[in-house]
Amino acid sequence: MNRPSTDELINLIEQEIPKERVLRNLADRYSYSYDASFGEYLPDLVVQALTKEEVSFIIKLANEHRIPVYPRGSATSLSGGSLAVNGGIMLDMSQFEKKLMIDQENLLAIASASVITSEIHEAAENVGLFYPPDPSSSHVSTIGGNILENSSGPKGLKYGTTKEYVIGLEVVTPTGEIIRTGGKTVKNVTGYDLTRLIVGSEGTLGVVTEAIIRLIPKPEDRKTLLASFDSLINSGKAITNILASGILPSAMELMDNACIVAVENYIPSGLPIEAEAIIIIEVDGHKSAIQEEIDKCAEVCERFNATSVKVAKNELEREQIWKSRRMVSPAITQIGPTKISEDATVPRSKIPEMMEKLSEIREKYKLNLVVFGHAGDGNLHPNILTDKRNIEEMKRVEEAVSEIFEAAIELGGTLSGEHGIGTLKAPYMSLELGEDGLMMMQKIKEAWDPNNILNPGKIFPQEGQTKVVLI
Amino acid sequence: MKTDDIDTKYSEKLYELSYDAANMCVQCGYCLPVCPTYLTMGNEAQSPRGRINLVKMAAEGKIDIINDLKEPMDLCLGCRACEVACPVNVPYGDIYGAALNVIAEKEKATKSPPTMSDKLLQTMLKNLFPKKNRLRTAGSFLWFYQSTGLSKITQNTKIVEMVSKPMGQFERALPKVESPTKRYKFGEHYKAVGERKMIVAFFPGCIMDAVMSKINRQSIELLQKCGIEVVIPQNITCCGALHSHQGEVDATKKLAKQNIEAFEELGVTYLINNAGGCGAMLHEYDKLLADEPEWKNRANKFVDRSRDITEVLAEIDDIPYEKEWQGVITYQDSCHLRNVQGVVDPPRKLLKSVPGATFVEMKNSHLCCASGGIYNLLNFEESMEILDEKMLHAIKTEASTIVTTNPGCLLQMRLGIERSGVKNNMQGLHLIEVIAEACGIN
Ligand SMILES: Cc1cc2nc3c(=O)[nH]c(=O)nc-3n(C[C@H](O)[C@H](O)[C@H](O)COP(=O)(O)OP(=O)(O)OC[C@H]3O[C@@H](n4cnc5c(N)ncnc54)[C@H](O)[C@@H]3O)c2cc1C
Ligand code: SF4
Ligand code: SF4
Repeated sequence: MNRPSTDELINLIEQEIPKERVLRNLADRYSYSYDASFGEYLPDLVVQALTKEEVSFIIKLANEHRIPVYPRGSATSLSGGSLAVNGGIMLDMSQFEKKLMIDQENLLAIASASVITSEIHEAAENVGLFYPPDPSSSHVSTIGGNILENSSGPKGLKYGTTKEYVIGLEVVTPTGEIIRTGGKTVKNVTGYDLTRLIVGSEGTLGVVTEAIIRLIPKPEDRKTLLASFDSLINSGKAITNILASGILPSAMELMDNACIVAVENYIPSGLPIEAEAIIIIEVDGHKSAIQEEIDKCAEVCERFNATSVKVAKNELEREQIWKSRRMVSPAITQIGPTKISEDATVPRSKIPEMMEKLSEIREKYKLNLVVFGHAGDGNLHPNILTDKRNIEEMKRVEEAVSEIFEAAIELGGTLSGEHGIGTLKAPYMSLELGEDGLMMMQKIKEAWDPNNILNPGKIFPQEGQTKVVLI
Repeated sequence: MKTDDIDTKYSEKLYELSYDAANMCVQCGYCLPVCPTYLTMGNEAQSPRGRINLVKMAAEGKIDIINDLKEPMDLCLGCRACEVACPVNVPYGDIYGAALNVIAEKEKATKSPPTMSDKLLQTMLKNLFPKKNRLRTAGSFLWFYQSTGLSKITQNTKIVEMVSKPMGQFERALPKVESPTKRYKFGEHYKAVGERKMIVAFFPGCIMDAVMSKINRQSIELLQKCGIEVVIPQNITCCGALHSHQGEVDATKKLAKQNIEAFEELGVTYLINNAGGCGAMLHEYDKLLADEPEWKNRANKFVDRSRDITEVLAEIDDIPYEKEWQGVITYQDSCHLRNVQGVVDPPRKLLKSVPGATFVEMKNSHLCCASGGIYNLLNFEESMEILDEKMLHAIKTEASTIVTTNPGCLLQMRLGIERSGVKNNMQGLHLIEVIAEACGIN
């Protein structure tokens, strides 16, 4: 079948959707050609849908004419999630009509896809409830994007990822039908669990228009400590031993020496620049329980030769500790303008081994490679700082990235702990899943989306693709 | 547009001026929630991340500087809230300035026929703003016009509005101009009341001097009353902000140099201004003159000595208040004061210190009111959409006075009050008017 020309397509779309929301000039198309990863693909046009009916209309049209459609939230994806790799229609969901309702009685939030995640945090807290998934992009990213990437942050350790909280969805399928999955009950065992299938599917199985989200009571209080170590191995041991001692902290974050130095150069905050690693531990829950727990965490850190352990005495000190953690990302971009941020994840007992592996990779390829991350759940963020204009170095980066993934999988881990596969990790899927495992996933995709129009080029490798190509 | 249609001369210049800075952007989107034009227009091209990307695309020769880049840059308020929000310190102001500069240059060179409003603007920039006497005359004319009742007649018949809707609306929001006989004089020293704590120079600005000279006079009297001697530099001129906004780099530099010289002659502690927009421009003379080594030290020193009047007043513990203020006061930040000069607390501290007043912070007071230089004249509809949203928050505070620290913002807020129909219970004032009145200065 012949694809209609862009002009023909625009005429068809404008029968249902007002002109102002069908963007076709070059500046607009370039403005929707990127996300927070890198890679630049020009869509043929951008459509800003406001209602599920409009989404359904676009998808039906696209399916009929075999035109690729890429759903897009705030484009903070770090894995190339919404990039228009085959041209076609960028479906901007950020302007979708906003709806956010808190159902206090049932401990639920009902949110349309365009709601910004931090708005849910705020609305829940206003009534003493809590929505735990906390990606650091929460003030920018949409709940739709979070659901499709199955996002999480430091709190993932204790509270799990987005999928633990989504119990129902309204979805427009790749053939344009509007369906509901799950519902308002926490228990639901009717048939296949399509909700879970769609969460984390990176916009390849349907466009989410609304979600029913489980909330939990807000923990009463929290306590935070910062411990420094002059041996990475010891910091790793401290982490596993705290978890083995029966405490489940709400967060356990790790920064290596390069990150510490970068933060201190960026905004001096009194971090020990000679330390090989620091960890931040937070516990939350009942007031009397958390005092005991934080004491115990401190004790374990000391047992593993922490050079210093500091428990925050008040909110200000707590905020200072977290600020240094939040500064890591911006601080390290001072090392080089191009930041390749990975999120390879290993079983937590393997963290020290993974750290060693990463330091070998750094030496071998002579790259600025720094590591921080959510150590409590094994979700590390190796980051390579470079300049994409330096072609020779970028080639070394490609090799290094491949080795990082291989190392994670060898240690029994996974390609992605929270950023998704997108375009960047697609070539490595069979490494983790095996050919048959990958094929089962592909069959699901084919069943849902027989014409492969919804977010093509993501998750699954293209013909013959075996490794990431950055430039 | 194909690449070969694109004039590489200008993309190369843009590349040179802005590419490294634009390339610092990691496209994280942290700046999206603070950008007023993104929030109201909902289009990535009208967001900081989008605009930076478009500058990059234009520098790479992928899009055309006039056809594709000009509109998004024109629609930017230059409020620079994005710069403060950015975790990696992308210098948006520099990128924006570079883009405006190259756009203006290309427009001139390609002689695309200027529109009526372009022409008017150019004439004003060249012949009106840098010439303080002419501008004063215009201000006096306005006073005559208002005080003779002429304005009543035109307002009632809406003559001005028939000529230009935005002009008409602004005309009605204009504060009353003070009689020319009450004006302060250039070159004059105004002595401190009581023991002299400090001697400063005062920057009168151009718009402030012409149509809001009352606020300038009150600023001077207030400083005097706080024990500060005030000099009005003889040769001080327009700050250049409006020229810089139009990409007129050379004209801006010329004004900057004149101001630096005028200030140096005096040898005083500070150069004090009371207009966020001018203050921001003065604050960045070092950047403006960065490529002229012989001006480096002089510009640095000048910048070091520039202060917003609220910074100086907030340091004074015993402001000589004489009267109680009635009602709730709320505050709208001037973006250029907040985002460029980093002055956030002093105005709030001052307003809280006014006896009798209740200060209530309004939601999103940090977001631009969309006056943005003369943005509101050039992009009226877009600006009003942002303003109307702002007024909803202002009204929620139940304030009877909304305070700003910049003439453009002041006009804009007064227009907002008109438009939202709350004229009978709300007034828009410059911070100085509030403090001066509470100190018994009329
Ligand atoms: C500075 C920074 C920090 C980050 N920190 C974290 C972190 O701590 N934890 C974490 O997990 N991630 C993090 N991320 C990654 C990113 O923020 C998340 O993946 C986020 O969930 C993306 O949301 P979005 O709205 O921007 O979606 P987009 O980036 O626009 O899209 C993401 C994916 O979802 C699809 N999609 C979006 N909306 C819909 C919809 N309504 N229906 C169907 N498909 C849709 C897109 O096609 C794409 O595949 C970070 C990113 C940045 C830039
Ligand atoms: S300067 Fe203001 S209007 Fe312009 S991009 Fe930045 S935040 Fe938006
Ligand atoms: S916050 Fe800074 S780095 Fe992030 S998108 Fe905006 S300008 Fe770029």
